[in-house]
Amino acid sequence: MTIDTISEIQTQTTAAEVDDSYISMDMLRFTTAGSVDDGKSTLIGRLLYDSKAIFEDQMEAIEQVSQRRGDAEVDLALLTDGLRAEREQGITIDVAYRYFATPKRKFIIADTPGHIQYTRNMVTGASTAELAIVLIDARKGVLTQSKRHGFLASLLQLPHIIVAVNKMDLVDYSQDVYDKIVEEYTDFASKLSIQNLIFIPISALRGDNVVDKSDNTPWYRGSTLLHYLENVSVGASRNLVDFRFPVQMVLRPHQDFRGFAGQIASGSIAPDEEVVVLPSGRESRIKSIASFDGDLAEAAAGDSVTLTLNDEIDVSRGDMIVRKKNLPTVSNRIECILCWMNEEPLNPNASYILQHTTHQVRAFISELNYRIDVDTLHREPADTLHLNEIGRAKITTTRPLYFDPYRLNRSTGNFVLIDPNTNVTVAAGMIRRRSRDLEEVVAHEPEPTVDRQRSSDVVWESSSVTRDMRERRNGHRAAVLWFTGFSGSGKSTVAKALEKRLYEMRCNTMMLDGDNVRHGLNGDLGFSDADRKENIRRVGEVAHLFFENGNLALCTFISPFRADRELARALAPAGRFLEIFVKCDLEICKRRDPKGLYAKALAGEIKEFTGVSSPYEEPTHPEIVVETDLHSVEECVNQIVDELTRRGLLGV
Amino acid sequence: MTTYLRSHLKQLESEAIYVMREVAAQFERPILLFSGGKDSIVLAHLARKAFYPGRIPFPLLHIDTGHNFPETLAFRDQLVDELDVQLIVRYVQDSIDQGRAVEETGPNASRNALQTVTLLDALGELRVEAAMGGARRDEEKARAKERFFSHRDEFGQWDPKNQRPELWNLYNGRKHPRENFRVFPISNWTEMDVWQYIYHEGIQMPSLYFSHRRDVFVREGVLLAVSDVVQPQNGETPQNKIVRFRTIGDMTCTGAVESTASSLADIIQEVASARVTERGARADDKRSEAAMEDRKKQGYF
Repeated sequence: MTIDTISEIQTQTTAAEVDDSYISMDMLRFTTAGSVDDGKSTLIGRLLYDSKAIFEDQMEAIEQVSQRRGDAEVDLALLTDGLRAEREQGITIDVAYRYFATPKRKFIIADTPGHIQYTRNMVTGASTAELAIVLIDARKGVLTQSKRHGFLASLLQLPHIIVAVNKMDLVDYSQDVYDKIVEEYTDFASKLSIQNLIFIPISALRGDNVVDKSDNTPWYRGSTLLHYLENVSVGASRNLVDFRFPVQMVLRPHQDFRGFAGQIASGSIAPDEEVVVLPSGRESRIKSIASFDGDLAEAAAGDSVTLTLNDEIDVSRGDMIVRKKNLPTVSNRIECILCWMNEEPLNPNASYILQHTTHQVRAFISELNYRIDVDTLHREPADTLHLNEIGRAKITTTRPLYFDPYRLNRSTGNFVLIDPNTNVTVAAGMIRRRSRDLEEVVAHEPEPTVDRQRSSDVVWESSSVTRDMRERRNGHRAAVLWFTGFSGSGKSTVAKALEKRLYEMRCNTMMLDGDNVRHGLNGDLGFSDADRKENIRRVGEVAHLFFENGNLALCTFISPFRADRELARALAPAGRFLEIFVKCDLEICKRRDPKGLYAKALAGEIKEFTGVSSPYEEPTHPEIVVETDLHSVEECVNQIVDELTRRGLLGV
Repeated sequence: MTTYLRSHLKQLESEAIYVMREVAAQFERPILLFSGGKDSIVLAHLARKAFYPGRIPFPLLHIDTGHNFPETLAFRDQLVDELDVQLIVRYVQDSIDQGRAVEETGPNASRNALQTVTLLDALGELRVEAAMGGARRDEEKARAKERFFSHRDEFGQWDPKNQRPELWNLYNGRKHPRENFRVFPISNWTEMDVWQYIYHEGIQMPSLYFSHRRDVFVREGVLLAVSDVVQPQNGETPQNKIVRFRTIGDMTCTGAVESTASSLADIIQEVASARVTERGARADDKRSEAAMEDRKKQGYF
């Protein structure tokens, strides 16, 4: 016996010629929904069999079983029954994945069983699918469960739904029967958000309109099921606009290479594009898209790549790289749809682990709004969610999430909840939006809106005097006024003048100044990114205490990073945090240089000085912008007072 | 970009790389189970791409039954050299010598089942938190419902009723001490995908996969190669045939197929027109209809 060396084999392989049409094959993931009697397994068996994905030994095995059971015909459904326990009970209880291919396309079927555990399984199967086949038994017409399937498919935002009206052979291929089903289902589906709804009359058992066009339905002008599966546009559910790159891990094989590995969740990216890293808010440019096959000119949604940046920035797993001008929502409060997947029902008092993109954070269900009856689509009040139940909830997380609504971006809008005791995945979630509601805007109770860092074993002690009571006595609302801008832009000057004016108006105020807090409270902090962040966090917390005490808290901090300001914002209820951008041309700031800091920074004596050696991220949506290089201090103060009045903060 | 075009191979590759990176990021002491077969060779290739330009950040673990084809071992060693990756080998013979496993007897004796003992011992010894394998869902019915991240209890056992739901691309690798995971990055690949990928990427393959002359004999419908450990019994006559292997495992139960496919192009053609699954030539699956499921529960690959 001789052992061929690798090099010999190499010659063999390069000498070969292969029809390379496979390179242009794409892939469609779809899910099949229907109950045992709808003929779902038969349909899948038919697709596999007719596309020659069934091998002789598999066929032999099911022939044997069919014979043993005394079936008249070979039961194609047996091809897709998995585990022995299920085979014995004649039911399927979990999502099973099947594969077949045509010269055009590879197909992955998430075969979801249709009985009690249905919701959980269908949600699982649909989560990765782009198309759902909903089976309807022509004899039975549109049943409750057919609607449920459609609802779940639309909830998961599958762009294509094919309603396969099966067993047409048993209704004599009647066009009337078919039309009635189409009409009824179309009517129902108009209440859902479905991009593309298709109906096909089939007989899975006889093969009508599955692979080949049937002579039995001359009145049907559409294509066959397989033709449709082969030609439906794929990628319709991918968001190709908003670049989102959740960092999976940092690759640092040697000193000269630092890459961030991950799969692009949405959008596309190319070298030299400007990006920003969340949560640090640090900016840079893409240096390269490194890969084993050489650097790439572009990469897009779904690609697993490694990005390198022009600047040495601290990035770790769970961070997200995005385009500077296209940011996701950053918040630790979300509104979402939850699908409960565990025998153990939702415990509203427990904390869960929330896994979103590549990071895990602790999460609390702050409110359960309602449960949706998946059969009637009615909303009903709920204290908990049981297995297979779907509800709408508000969730608070200990660290902010960077997300998009699921409707706009399936990849950054999804999450799962994990029970920290059992480590089991208990729920699937789809984010609707950042949580903000009426109660918050008129906030009567001082509720901590963020679950913040806290020492262990401490509980929030609520005071018997509420903020609302204080505000009534004070005659004005409490708020946090956050002044941000370059050093020398005039933050402190404007804030001091504003405070004087507010005092004259009998308002209770407190001023927190960047330099002052660094003398005491934050005297232990330097100017590294982490320390700057901690500085802002502490100030945000202190401002929050004054806020709760009914004050107008004036905070003057350069606070160059958007993410940090967002964190401070997240502590206050909506409408009570006003970002005031003190805008001034950088050159003028340098000329003003009230503390001589620019001179030192330019001489290299101060490292990481905002505007010189460290970036400043302008606010994207500040509540107020004052331009100190164009207007006097008094004009700026007037502008702010007017805005506070307009917002109803100065008179109760 | 206005259109989105990615070939199925590109998407499958990206998915596998994503899964491997999740493993490297979520677990301490992961390993890659290396059998010497094409699926594990593809896994090694994917790992190389996933962590490029770095080295593969976990070792390969080979459970050696002592009944390997010599070609397999030679190929393994060359590959390990080329990848500059750590190789850990554990021997079924050692498990037998220590009395941890009892050798089967009779003409059909195979060490295939004994691998499980050696594997579980090795995972315990190395305190492995996640073992990656090349199993695919299309291989066998019991695997169609397998997760990417498959949870195992502290005895290495798989409970089909207690698997975590997997949604989107969120893989939950949280676990209690001593529990571990089997992870299958190429779950969604079919045999055809694997061969097309090998061809597309120019991945080197052991010679066993290509047609060659070999002394073989038929036992219970399976074409076994004559070797030190597999000898024809009464009435079984060896013949010299042109054969190749569709899977590579233990010599005692890996059947050959008569084939003249001598290049990857030939193999792809052959797979495209094959009417028997690749596992159809494996004696171990034929023992009972639920054979694979039973072995899985015990902790088989």
